[in-house]
Amino acid sequence: MLHTFVAYVEDLPGVLTRVASLFRRLNINIKSLTVGSSERDGLSRMTVVAEASAEAGHRIQASLYKLENVVNVDDIAQAPSVTRELALIKVAATPRTRSQVFELVEVFRARIVDLAPESLTIEMTGVESKIEGLIQVLNEGEGRVLEICRSGKLTMRRGHHTSGVLKAMSIAADEDAEVVEIGLGEQE
Amino acid sequence: MGTDANTQASIQPPARLTGAEIVWATLVGEGVTDVFGYPGGAILPVYDALRKFPIHHTLVRHEQGAAHMADGYSRASGKVGVCIATSGPGATNLVTGIATAMLDSIPIVCITGNVSSKVLGSDAFQEVDITGITLPVTKHNILVNRTEDIAPALRCAFQIAKSARPGPVLVDITKDAQQGTAIFDFEAAKPRPHRIHPMRSVEAYGLEQAAELIRNAKRPVILAGHGIIESGAEEQVRTLAERTQTPVALTLLGLGAFPASHPLNLGMMGMHGESWVNHAIQDADLLIACGMRFDDRVTGAVSTYATKAKKIHIEVDPAEVNKIIKVDVALIGDLREVLESLLPQIGSRDGSAWLQTIDGIKGASAVRDIKNLPDSGHLYAAHVMHDIWRITGGNAIIVSDVGQHQMWEAQYYHHETPRSLITSGGLGTMGFSLPAAIGAKTACPEKEVWVIAGDGGFQMTACELATIAQEGIKINIAIINNGYLGMVRQWQEFFYERNYEATPMISPDFVKLADAHSIAGLTVRTRGEVEEAVNTARSAPGAFLLNFKVEKEDAVYPMIAVGSALHEMIRRPEAVDSGK
Repeated sequence: MLHTFVAYVEDLPGVLTRVASLFRRLNINIKSLTVGSSERDGLSRMTVVAEASAEAGHRIQASLYKLENVVNVDDIAQAPSVTRELALIKVAATPRTRSQVFELVEVFRARIVDLAPESLTIEMTGVESKIEGLIQVLNEGEGRVLEICRSGKLTMRRGHHTSGVLKAMSIAADEDAEVVEIGLGEQE
Repeated sequence: MGTDANTQASIQPPARLTGAEIVWATLVGEGVTDVFGYPGGAILPVYDALRKFPIHHTLVRHEQGAAHMADGYSRASGKVGVCIATSGPGATNLVTGIATAMLDSIPIVCITGNVSSKVLGSDAFQEVDITGITLPVTKHNILVNRTEDIAPALRCAFQIAKSARPGPVLVDITKDAQQGTAIFDFEAAKPRPHRIHPMRSVEAYGLEQAAELIRNAKRPVILAGHGIIESGAEEQVRTLAERTQTPVALTLLGLGAFPASHPLNLGMMGMHGESWVNHAIQDADLLIACGMRFDDRVTGAVSTYATKAKKIHIEVDPAEVNKIIKVDVALIGDLREVLESLLPQIGSRDGSAWLQTIDGIKGASAVRDIKNLPDSGHLYAAHVMHDIWRITGGNAIIVSDVGQHQMWEAQYYHHETPRSLITSGGLGTMGFSLPAAIGAKTACPEKEVWVIAGDGGFQMTACELATIAQEGIKINIAIINNGYLGMVRQWQEFFYERNYEATPMISPDFVKLADAHSIAGLTVRTRGEVEEAVNTARSAPGAFLLNFKVEKEDAVYPMIAVGSALHEMIRRPEAVDSGK
């Protein structure tokens, strides 16, 4: 099954390697991975999508927690959640063939973000299947797809506040209201 | 932590020190008295500062030995072992030793020098990305390139190494960080309390379930592992066993966690475990796994493992639960704490029927045991192990290597106390024993320490004989010399039609080799000579090497072939199989 792990990790050099290395060691292919800053200073939020057996979820989550730089892990594949992906798609289109692409963009509620004499770039946000639908019809159309850039899955549980991070960090926060540090981490 | 004037003086905070001095001052503060290492360019500032601190440094002959010594030091004493190496090849030579400690959850701290931070990543002379290399074989590693980060990094390393499931931590310090200066304040460098693994949980419901399973069990077996020793839960396990009259089967690394002479002790389980132990596990209706991880060497074919048994797993590492064997109740936490919460819910029960059944399985195996056969003039390794056990009264620390002799040791040396057997179980590192024994003897100078090694493994780290000589320490070395890589030869005999490819081994005269290091030695060829030789070694003032020329093509029995079930054992041919 497809697992989606949301991990809060210390924003330090080498942490991505540690997380990625764990999946490599378990011989699990990462389907998509997004990393960016989170609502907390010094913490990055990772969304890792990986194909593994249902039972493997527990072990992956437990193993992620064994990494010193990992603060919180949530496996949210089965949970009600909001999921989005961003794609940039560059299509070869001349003034003569543009209008067909415009129509498709309209139907898919995407946007044209760049227009050049020989090509145009589409920005599309949505769930994975919708993005794949657009790519498919573009491929079937006249304009050749030149480049695709996809962000990978961004996902968040539905509801008021579901991140366990604040809870995980509450002990640290009590001790030291300003600085959020979990251990020393590494400074590569 | 030492209290002599020297120690106190060296950690008077806060003072401005060089990074190199901070390394030693932090180690002194952490209570370190001994380190094992090998100098080189990128760690020279640290070595230059050593003379100011009350720490004994053992110069090794190869950095792998330094890591094994730190490991043996830790296994013998329960303290964190420390090793030091330079950058590049010094650091890479540590890797086998680090992996050995990782697989057996041994707390060690490895300190490596690295090139100056300005040239990091430039392929400078003796530069290697050791934090990258050791990432999968350390519990954590830290690259330090600022002097002020050295003390916090080292203190953090000690904390991580010791906490929860222990393991090795590597701290890589650039040369400029060693040479720079910073204010050293040991107290200020203290790390935050280590985060408890969020998935560690022992709920009242789980304890009740476990207690009920134990109450209702007719044929329970306790599986006792290394975690008992790491957690210090020997008393609690013993109480559980005695109160519920539950027999105890041990893993290789669990040997010593439960007294061998205890009537409830079954012996070692697994690939070379005694047949009755494995039969008891296969027939059990409840397994209580204490600090063990269902390694493939103890389960045999997983699909056939103890299919009639409910399973309780008490384990500190949540990632181990349901990894190999699916369990009915998992109590994830420190073993001693969990057992202390569980024991009040457990009453005494009568286990005599089940114990009698196991005695029946045992049958007459003992009288067919090779050690009980009349002296036919042959020298079997079993005789050597049995005699060493008898003569030392089981009070020595035995450091075994990897291979046939390791299994014979486990079968014929009966360990009464924890930390009396030191061996590489998980990684199975040949060459482990000689350096690990140096570490053990350094940690416990008052103890009698024996190395038991094969002729193959011994030669992997034989250079450390020079370390023994230089340190002038008393270690007794027994080489079980059969002229083969014995365990590999055994597999070739059983599974590769006796095609003894690359296993016959011509070795140097070990007694002469010892002599070249000013270490006395003897060669033993017959069973009658064993006792006197062992006594000679024990009474010799310095280290002593015994070269036991044993039966060349003996095999370790019983054996479970890889992929077979636990009850499908290959038995010693001349013995009638009483276990089935």
